[in-house]
Amino acid sequence: MESLKKFLRNPMGVLGALMLLVVVCAAIFAPWLAPYDPKQRVEVTPEDILAPPDAQHLLGRDDAGKDVLSLLIYGARVSLLVGFTASFMSMFIGTTVGLVAGYYGGRIGNALMRLVDFLLVVPDLPLMLVIIAVWGRGLWKIVMVISLLGWTYTARLVRSQVLSIKERQFVLRARSIGAGSLRIIVRHVFPQVLPLIIAQAVLDISVSILYESSLAFLGLGDPTLVSWGMMLNFAFERAVSRQAWWFLLPPGLAIVWVSLALILIGNTLDEIVNPRLRTHHLFDARRMVALVAEGEAAAE
Amino acid sequence: MERSNYILRKIVFSVGTLIAVLVFNFFLFRILPGDPVKLIIHSPRMTREAQERIRANFGLDKSVWFDVERLREGDVLGAFDSQFTTYMRNLLRGDLGISFATRKDVTELLAERVWRTVVLVLGGNVIAIVLGMAIGLIAAWRRGTRLDAAILLWGLFSWALPTFFLGIILLILARGHLPVGGMATPGLRPEDGLTYWLDVGKHLILPTLTMAIVYTSEYILIMRSSVMEVLTEDYILTAKAKGLSTLRVLRDHALKNAMLPMVTMIALTFGYTVGGAIQVETVFSWPGIGRLMYEAVQKRDYPVLQGSFLLLAVSVIAANLLADLLYTVLDPRVKAE
Repeated sequence: MESLKKFLRNPMGVLGALMLLVVVCAAIFAPWLAPYDPKQRVEVTPEDILAPPDAQHLLGRDDAGKDVLSLLIYGARVSLLVGFTASFMSMFIGTTVGLVAGYYGGRIGNALMRLVDFLLVVPDLPLMLVIIAVWGRGLWKIVMVISLLGWTYTARLVRSQVLSIKERQFVLRARSIGAGSLRIIVRHVFPQVLPLIIAQAVLDISVSILYESSLAFLGLGDPTLVSWGMMLNFAFERAVSRQAWWFLLPPGLAIVWVSLALILIGNTLDEIVNPRLRTHHLFDARRMVALVAEGEAAAE
Repeated sequence: MERSNYILRKIVFSVGTLIAVLVFNFFLFRILPGDPVKLIIHSPRMTREAQERIRANFGLDKSVWFDVERLREGDVLGAFDSQFTTYMRNLLRGDLGISFATRKDVTELLAERVWRTVVLVLGGNVIAIVLGMAIGLIAAWRRGTRLDAAILLWGLFSWALPTFFLGIILLILARGHLPVGGMATPGLRPEDGLTYWLDVGKHLILPTLTMAIVYTSEYILIMRSSVMEVLTEDYILTAKAKGLSTLRVLRDHALKNAMLPMVTMIALTFGYTVGGAIQVETVFSWPGIGRLMYEAVQKRDYPVLQGSFLLLAVSVIAANLLADLLYTVLDPRVKAE
C-alpha cells in the first residue's frame, strides 16, 4: 500500500500507467473499438489502395485497401501478448537461475554464470534473426527466442541480491533452527527479491515488444497476425514512395507509445523498491560493472 | 588480481565463447527440424552438379558428430571425419560455402561488404560516444535543472524509439535533399575518383545519423548516472575546496573516473549497435552485412545467413576482449595488486 501511494505520487509513473491503460483497453476491446474487422475480406477498387484518411477510414487505408485504424487497434493484442509472455518467461528463467546460482553457488552456480556471460556477449538481434529464419516464423517461436535470450540480466540481479540476503541474520537464524534450503529460498529469500524482479520485468516487457517489432519489420513476424512491426514492414515496402504517412506513422508511434509507457512505469517502480539504485541498469554503468565484477570474484 | 592472470582469463573466456558460437552455428543450421541443407538439396531448381557440390561441401554422407561404427572397426581417426569436422575444416580454410541465391562464394560476398558496415558502425558509434559523453556530463553537472530533465526525457523517449522507425522518419524528412538509398548514385564508379567518394559520403549521412542519434541517447544516460555517482565522491569535494575551476574538476576528476565504466558499457553496447546496423542498412539499402542478412532472410539463403552471423558474432566477441584489455591499461587497480 505504501508503495502504491509512492507510485501514485510520481507523475512519470502515473503518466506511464495511463498510457499503458489505453493500449490494454484497445487490446481487450478491439472487436468493439475497431470500425472494421481486419480478417474480413474486402472488395477494393484501385483507388482504395493506400487511400488517404476520410470520414469512413480515419487513418486511411493500407496497401490492401484495409482500414489502418482497425489494424492498429488489433495490433495492440500482438504486441502486448508477446511483451507480457516473453517477459514473464524470462523473469521465470532468470529468477530460477539467479536463485540457484546465488544460493547454492559452487560449480553449478559458476557454470550458470558463465552461460550468462556468454549470452551477454553474443549479439541478440542477429541471433534471433538466424534462429527464426531457420526455425520458421510463428508467434510462440518469437516469444521463445526473445525470452530464452532475455533472462540474463534478471539472473544477474537476483543472484547479486541473494548473495547478500543469504548472509543476513534472519536467514542464518532460520537455518540454525533447521529450515531446509528450499524452504529458506521460497519463504525468506524470494519475497525479498520479488519487488526488484517485478520492476525489472516491466522494463523487459518493453524490450520484448521492441524486439518483436524489429523482427517483424525485418520480415520475420508471424504471418497469420498483423503486428505493428509487420505493418511497418508492409508500409516501408510500399507506402514510402507514395508518401502515405497515414500508413507509416501510426504503427511506429504506437510502438513508441507502449514502450515509453512501460519504461516510465518500470523506472518509477525501480525507484520505489530500491531507492539506492536510481536508474535502470542500461542507464547505470556502475551497477552493471559491479554486477560483472561480482560474477568474476565468485568465479575465483 | 594479477594482471597477466586477468588477461589470460579474459582470453580464455573469449576463445570459449567463440567455440560455443561455432558449435551453435553448426548445430542451428544442421540439426533443427526441417534441416535447410537437405531441403535445398532436394530442390528441383538445383542442378545435379550444384547438388553434388553442396553434398561434398557439407560432407552430407558422413555422420553428424562422430562415427561410432568406424570407431568400432578400429579406425579412430576416421571416426572423427564427420559433418562437424568438415564444417570446422572448411571454416579454418576461410570457406563459408556458396550462396544459394547468387551462387557466389559467401566469404567473397562478406569480404566485399564488411567495410561498408564497419564504416557505418564505427562512424555512428564515434559520434554517439563523443556527443553522449559531453551531453551526459553536462546533464550530471546541472543535475535537477530543467536542462537535465529535458535530457533525461529525451533519453527515455529515444530508448523507446525503434531504430528502424527513426530511420524511416529521417528518410521521409530528408527525401529530396539527401540521397536516401544505396551506396552511390547509379552510373558513378570507383574509377571516377573524388566525385565517387564524395557521393558515397553523401549516401552515408542518413544511415550514420540514424545510428548516432539512437546510440547517443544510450551513452547520455550511462554517462549521466556514471558522472552523478562520481560527483558524490569525497575527492570531488576536495578538488572543489582546493579552488579548482569547474572545467578542471569535470575534466581531471569526474571525467577520468567516469571513463572506466564507460569502456565496459561501450563494449557491451557494441552488440546492440550491430543489431541496429541491420535495421539501418535495411531502411537505407546500404549494401553492408546487415542488408545482406535481410536479403538472405527473404531468399532463405542459409549459407549467407550463417556466414554473416558468424562474422558479426566474432566481431562483437573481439570488441569485448579489446575493451577488457583496454580496461587493464586504464584501471590502475588491476596491475597494482
